[in-house]
Amino acid sequence: MDTVHRIIALMLKEFVMILKDPKSRFIVIGPPLIQFFVFGYAATYDLKNVRYAVFDASRTPESRQLLARLEGSENFELTKTLLSEKEIAYMIDREKARLVVHIGSEFSRNLHNGRPAILQVIVDGRNSNVALIALGYIGKIVEQYNQDLVKNGVTGMDGPGLVLVDRAWFNANLQSRWFIVSGLGGLISMVVVMILTSLSVAREREFGTFDQLLVAPFRTGEILIGKSLPGMFFGIMDALLFAAGAVYWFGVPFRGTIPTLVLALGCFIITIVGIGLLVSSLSMTMQQALLGSFVFMMPSVILSGFATPIENMPRWLQIGTLFNPLRHIITALRNIFLEGSDIGMIWSQLWPLMLMACFTLPLAGWMFRHRSQ
Amino acid sequence: MTPQALFFMRMRGILRKEVLQILRDPSSIALAIVLPLVLLFFFGYGVTLDAENVPVAVVLDDNSLSAREVAARFELSPYFNTIHLTSMAEAMEWLNRKHVDGIVHLQDDFSTGMYKGNPAPVQMIINGIDANRARLIQGYARGVLQKWTELRQVRGEPAADPPVKISQRVWFNEAAVSRNFLVPGLITLIMTLIGILLTALVVAREWERGTMEAILVTPIRRVDLLLGKVLPYFILGMLGMGLSVMVGVTLFHVPFRGSVPVLFFLSALFMLASLGFGLLISAAIRVQFVAAQISIVAGFLPALFLSGLIFDLESTPRFIQIVSHVVPARYFVDISHTLFMAGNIWPVLLPDALALAGMAVLFIGLAFRKITKRLEG
Repeated sequence: MDTVHRIIALMLKEFVMILKDPKSRFIVIGPPLIQFFVFGYAATYDLKNVRYAVFDASRTPESRQLLARLEGSENFELTKTLLSEKEIAYMIDREKARLVVHIGSEFSRNLHNGRPAILQVIVDGRNSNVALIALGYIGKIVEQYNQDLVKNGVTGMDGPGLVLVDRAWFNANLQSRWFIVSGLGGLISMVVVMILTSLSVAREREFGTFDQLLVAPFRTGEILIGKSLPGMFFGIMDALLFAAGAVYWFGVPFRGTIPTLVLALGCFIITIVGIGLLVSSLSMTMQQALLGSFVFMMPSVILSGFATPIENMPRWLQIGTLFNPLRHIITALRNIFLEGSDIGMIWSQLWPLMLMACFTLPLAGWMFRHRSQ
Repeated sequence: MTPQALFFMRMRGILRKEVLQILRDPSSIALAIVLPLVLLFFFGYGVTLDAENVPVAVVLDDNSLSAREVAARFELSPYFNTIHLTSMAEAMEWLNRKHVDGIVHLQDDFSTGMYKGNPAPVQMIINGIDANRARLIQGYARGVLQKWTELRQVRGEPAADPPVKISQRVWFNEAAVSRNFLVPGLITLIMTLIGILLTALVVAREWERGTMEAILVTPIRRVDLLLGKVLPYFILGMLGMGLSVMVGVTLFHVPFRGSVPVLFFLSALFMLASLGFGLLISAAIRVQFVAAQISIVAGFLPALFLSGLIFDLESTPRFIQIVSHVVPARYFVDISHTLFMAGNIWPVLLPDALALAGMAVLFIGLAFRKITKRLEG
């Protein structure tokens, strides 16, 4: 009973420390929410309004028809009609346009004579992903145009040809927002928890109040639990708020069940609290704690599969990411939201998280005792 | 003594203090020099958008020679790892279990329909959860089909070209290697953080530990204090930057087409803006705990999401684009993309450089105003 009392007393102290300072009170709730919304909009791979320029040397009904299809697409936005080939380099170099569509003077003559008519597309490769995706959009538009030409008998086919008929499952319109936003909550709540817990012991050390804690009638385990509860509380609260935001604001489907979500998030947050306290117990100053939480956070965000696929990494690094808790929660969140996975289906993400949760907190406790003697 | 001599004396004193402080807690040296290299090493290998060996199931309902020929093109492509399955039901099961990312399906009338004047359909079903990857896979599949046509034509077999053919040129990055744009972006991300982290706590720390009072009673003026706080960290930050660029170019073979002095000059502006931002947080907040939080919240995440490093800014809603203009990393990502891949294109570099210079002046100026020589904030 005494233990519970002491833990509650410590926990209250931690809550007061976070909530008494208006700046720090604001920081655990305001910025995470703002960031969730801003980044939810910012993080997308879908291209809209790609600025392009046109150099049409053919100036025939056929070329204009093709260009009209491009103009009609919401992915593209015409910025300039060029009058000479020299302007192409000017437009691309200076980022005035991200791609230039060049139709040669032979275009319609070739089309009617059965020779391939060439549509030259020059893309700015400075962002190769944008370049490839934009080329993909143009490819689809031209493919459709070709099929219509054959159907309308403008040209025939002098041999067999192939056409790709593609369909995407689970996400028919290939919107990347669902994919990103469903994982975003995990990322931001990790940042909040990491900040709260990694600095908490380091601050006491730097202020000298840590010694007071040690001489107070608390056991190390109690101090540790008292320190970790506020982080868990704010972390899970934020993560659930983000989940609600994803569903009700961004319209991400929620196909799974809430207990699965809470279980996955709970394991994840406990793991992160453990890592945060571990960093905190290892550092003597807040500067070191801040540095330590960065050394953990940067790689875990970049190598989590949040923005770039894990499948693309070299084998040795893919194995390394298995130790990254963020990787597991992001995969789990995506499966719960988009595929409706239950506990059994995300078990391969869940058990590493549980294992890490069982491991990091006791390790932090051991470190804690070890360093405070 | 002349005022200059006095100034140098004061500067020598405060610089000596800061340098000693850095040397005694080597965590900032580790932060500025070791950390960028370690991070860049892992990120350079780990961060790429280009897929290779995408596992796909191939289902041939038509076992004719021409169908097998098409399947062979998928097998030989470096982008795909194919597995032959006998039925669509089985393939769907594999797709659901994520053993494969897609299914290539040729229906039983594939070869009979092929010569009837219409292009024969090659069906492809992709797992669309990761939309960007799915789009790239579709692009690779189109490339495979094009290769089929070209190969037949080379061998003198009949194959129809599509009426309109696209000839594409990706400037500055012919092979469209995503690492070429991600590595300069990652250098920006890493250096933003280092710049902010190095200075975010240095003034708040003095306030919290009470050592600010000791400084206040010395003849050191505000300018001296500011310079003393900026200069050592500026040098550390620039060292880290130089090393990162070297690793990017030598280890990851990212092209560098601009000139080194231009890069040096523009990185100096960027570093000053980042350091200034950190210093401003530190001077304005005076509490390390909160200063640390703000530096992460306002430094790390915006530099990742609002800089154009991974996600294209031009496709975001208008208000996001406006917000992104206050993120220094945004300008330096643009600068580094241009310098690494395109060269010294001043019409692109100059506006970015001006923005960075403006931010550096603004942040450092505000920090200067916030560093008061009074105890009450």
